[in-house]
Amino acid sequence: MFDWRWDFTWDILPRLIAATGNTLLAAGLGYAIAVVLGLALALAQRTPSRALTLVVREAIEFIRSTPLVLQIFFVFYVGPQFGLRLSPWTAGMIAIGLHYAAYLSEVYRGGLDSVPKGQWEAATSLNLSTSRTYFRVILPQALPPSLAGMGNYLVGIFKDTPMLSVIGVAELMHTANAIGSETYRFLEPFTLVGIIFLALSLPTAAGIRLFEAWVRRKLGMV
Amino acid sequence: MSYLEFLGQYGDRILSGTLVTVLLTVLSSVLAIAIALVTGLMRLSPNAVLRGIATVYIEIFRGTSLLVQLYWIFYVLPLFGVTLEKFTAGFVAVGMNLGAYGAELVRGAILSVPRGQWEAALALNMTPARRMIRVILPQAVLIMLPGWGNLLIELLKGTALVALIAVADLMFQVKQINGTTFLSAETFGTALIIYYVIARFMITPFMRWLERAMQRKLGRA
Repeated sequence: MFDWRWDFTWDILPRLIAATGNTLLAAGLGYAIAVVLGLALALAQRTPSRALTLVVREAIEFIRSTPLVLQIFFVFYVGPQFGLRLSPWTAGMIAIGLHYAAYLSEVYRGGLDSVPKGQWEAATSLNLSTSRTYFRVILPQALPPSLAGMGNYLVGIFKDTPMLSVIGVAELMHTANAIGSETYRFLEPFTLVGIIFLALSLPTAAGIRLFEAWVRRKLGMV
Repeated sequence: MSYLEFLGQYGDRILSGTLVTVLLTVLSSVLAIAIALVTGLMRLSPNAVLRGIATVYIEIFRGTSLLVQLYWIFYVLPLFGVTLEKFTAGFVAVGMNLGAYGAELVRGAILSVPRGQWEAALALNMTPARRMIRVILPQAVLIMLPGWGNLLIELLKGTALVALIAVADLMFQVKQINGTTFLSAETFGTALIIYYVIARFMITPFMRWLERAMQRKLGRA
């Protein structure tokens, strides 16, 4: 029906697997940025300052409703216009980290809101400082309800890394594209990319579900 | 060049790109909704084959990236004798991808229609098709509408990727303008704002309006 060439497949597979390392690295780094920055964005909406809350909310809405690929271009190309040159990796990590930070901050917000009011009052009555209240009382309880959302976005960020290829980050899609334009064969590289993504994202999603159930059991929340 | 001069010179290209983006969004939405309904219902079918097909479809499209699917449909599908023009390939890829996400919404919403409604329809001796169309689906639509609001914004964002197969949408136009002028802040900034305006001031209010209209129709307003 179609001419799938196995010799070609075995030729290009090592290159694609090497590039998969870069894809995983990009997803991991971007996610690390997003986890930390997202928490900062969520906490920034809980200060007494209404103006800060409003600005952060609007910024999150803006990031969430515009395309990631456009944000990647924006971060990569706007810097040089003002004399700031970013490498593709740096620009890509900033863009994808910021994008997912906006999504994760919404997950944390839901988690924080789900902590009962009595916990705050108890912390106040024990005269705990604000930072101690957050780190020892509130955040540990906000984490379990946030895990499902956090897991979904881990898979999400992994699937969005191909967009980094547009500014030349040498991840999986970029490599497949390069192979395609060198050899004029797109069937094998693009199909393999799809298979690699499936092979990684389906078990990850299943693993996250198990992990979430495990955390819930550990905390006696079944 | 001032920003106004920039708009004067490139405004019509940005506008034509915006129209293509809106058109892509509408066409992909229609396709996504149709696929979501059919696949979502297939997931609930008593027939194991139908259920299996729907599950495989959903897992494949949710398990890989939209960009991968777009490239595959555009570059690989022609090798199987199916050649789609780039605009068609673009909205078909976006619609099929978001349709897979929508299918789970449809399934979840149908399952959350109260059991009593199913039993009442059964007691009235309705055929399964009639029960689904007249009783269950209208209530399920109301449940899933908020989810669709988010999904349609994801869909709008997804259409930006078709620029990478050279469909002349907003993303493509600003990329081209940036390539000749190097006014990156102006070009990409303008596009960001336009996407934001479409999402925040067109899609979101429209979905809110639709929700209220559905509530009234079902006598729940």
